[in-house]
Formats: sequence, structure tokens, C-alpha cells
Amino acid sequence: MRANKEIQTEYKSIIRDSMPKTRHISTLIRAFFTGGIICSLGQGINMALEAFLPQLTEQERGGYTTLCMILLTGILTAFGVYDKVGNFGGAGSIVPITGFANSIVSQAMEHKREGVVFGICANMFAIAGPVIVFGITASVIVGIIYLFI
Amino acid sequence: MEIFLTFLIVFAVGGGICVLGQLLINFTKMTSARILVIFLLIGVILEAVGIFEPIKNVAKAGITIPITGFGSNLAKGAIKGAKERGLLGAVVGGTEAAGAGLAGAIFIGFIAALVGKPKTKD
Repeated sequence: MRANKEIQTEYKSIIRDSMPKTRHISTLIRAFFTGGIICSLGQGINMALEAFLPQLTEQERGGYTTLCMILLTGILTAFGVYDKVGNFGGAGSIVPITGFANSIVSQAMEHKREGVVFGICANMFAIAGPVIVFGITASVIVGIIYLFI
Repeated sequence: MEIFLTFLIVFAVGGGICVLGQLLINFTKMTSARILVIFLLIGVILEAVGIFEPIKNVAKAGITIPITGFGSNLAKGAIKGAKERGLLGAVVGGTEAAGAGLAGAIFIGFIAALVGKPKTKD
């Protein structure tokens, strides 16, 4: 029994020493490039909007850029491409707004079998829900603080 | 040349933020929901304190495309609402400003799920 435990701890320490470092750096590099490319794409859309629709305000341009990125994510997720981006890029595919959109679209698609109301609609926000709750709550708090400043 | 520099900065800042997220995953085994919440709150705080705007002027989409930009929109809308419309603006301003992201993602998610084939897990 005891030998077994010793082997286990030894095995774990071997894993700890050897595994993370190699995995670690490559995941960081992949996250950097995936995130960088997604943000550059957003910048490209923003600049294209600025060139072709100069009447838009900066705020409106930001809104349209977000919508374009989300639409693109929806299409890529529906065809299963974004999953592959996610497998490759890790956090690079999660942290951008596309990751937020992907979490809604993929959850909605995954639970389609359980029906429209209790499948799609109820499960859509499994990941995005906390983001929306924290985001809106924080914004109300900030708004109320600014009322008194 | 200026455009090249802009994209270089956008790429570096956006990539850098994602690397921070990846570090959180690697070291704390956080799930994606928590990571999104953390970066969102960072965006809200940066905007509320007033640091987001100068960063945005330099980093552009590098900081607005990550979820920090969504958080900044929420805070910016709430601040604007509070100044222009009082209590009502303070409460609804943030959600209004972040409406593009919210409504877009919900609408497209719902349509994609209705139209698309349900995912099969292999």
C-alpha cells in the first residue's frame, strides 16, 4: 500500500516537473497569436467602416465592429470551425468578444435536442450568464457612484 | 507605415491580454466563465477610473475587442447616463451601451441553434 502511494507521489512529481513547462510556453504563444489575429481582424473591420461609412460616430463604429465579429463567430461556431480555433488558441479564443459570442452560440447548439425553451433558451447563458450578471451589476454600481460625484 | 504600426500595437496588446488569460488558465485552472468575468471587471474598473480611454487611444482594437472593451462600454454608458439623465440613466445606461454585444450574441446564438444541426460529441 505504502509503496503504491510513494510511486503515486513520485509519478505526480515527475509529471509536474516535465509536463507543464513544454505545454506552458506553447499555449502562451498560441494564445498570443490567436488573440492578436482576432483583435487585428476587429481593427481591420473598424478601419474599413471608417473608410466606407465616414458618417458613423466612433461609438457607432464600435457597435458595428462588435456586431460583425459576433456574426462571424456565430457562422464559424455553427460550422464547427471556432471549436478548432479554441482548441488551438486557448485563452486567445476565449478573452476576445468572439469568445463571449461563441460561448452563447455553442451552448445554444449543444442543447438543441432538449427543446427550444428548456434546451436552447435555458442553456444559452451557462457561460455567458455570469458575465452578463457581473457586467450589468458593475455598470449599475458605477452609474450610481457617478451620480454622487 | 502608420497602418502597419497600428496593427502591430493592436496585435501585441490584444495578444498580450490573451496571454494573461492563458496564464490564469495554466496556473489556476480557471474555467472560461471566470476568466471572462475577470477581464470584464478589469474593463469596467479601468473605464470607471478613467484609464481606459488613454489606453484605447493607443491600443485601439487591441483592448476593445477583448471582453475588457465590453466592460468599458458598460461603465461608459452608465457614467454618461448618470450625468445626463440622473438615476434612470445610471441604471439603464450601461446595458444600453453594451446592447450591441448582448442583443447580437443572443439573436445570432438563437438563430444559429434553430437553423444549425445539433452538435454531436465525438
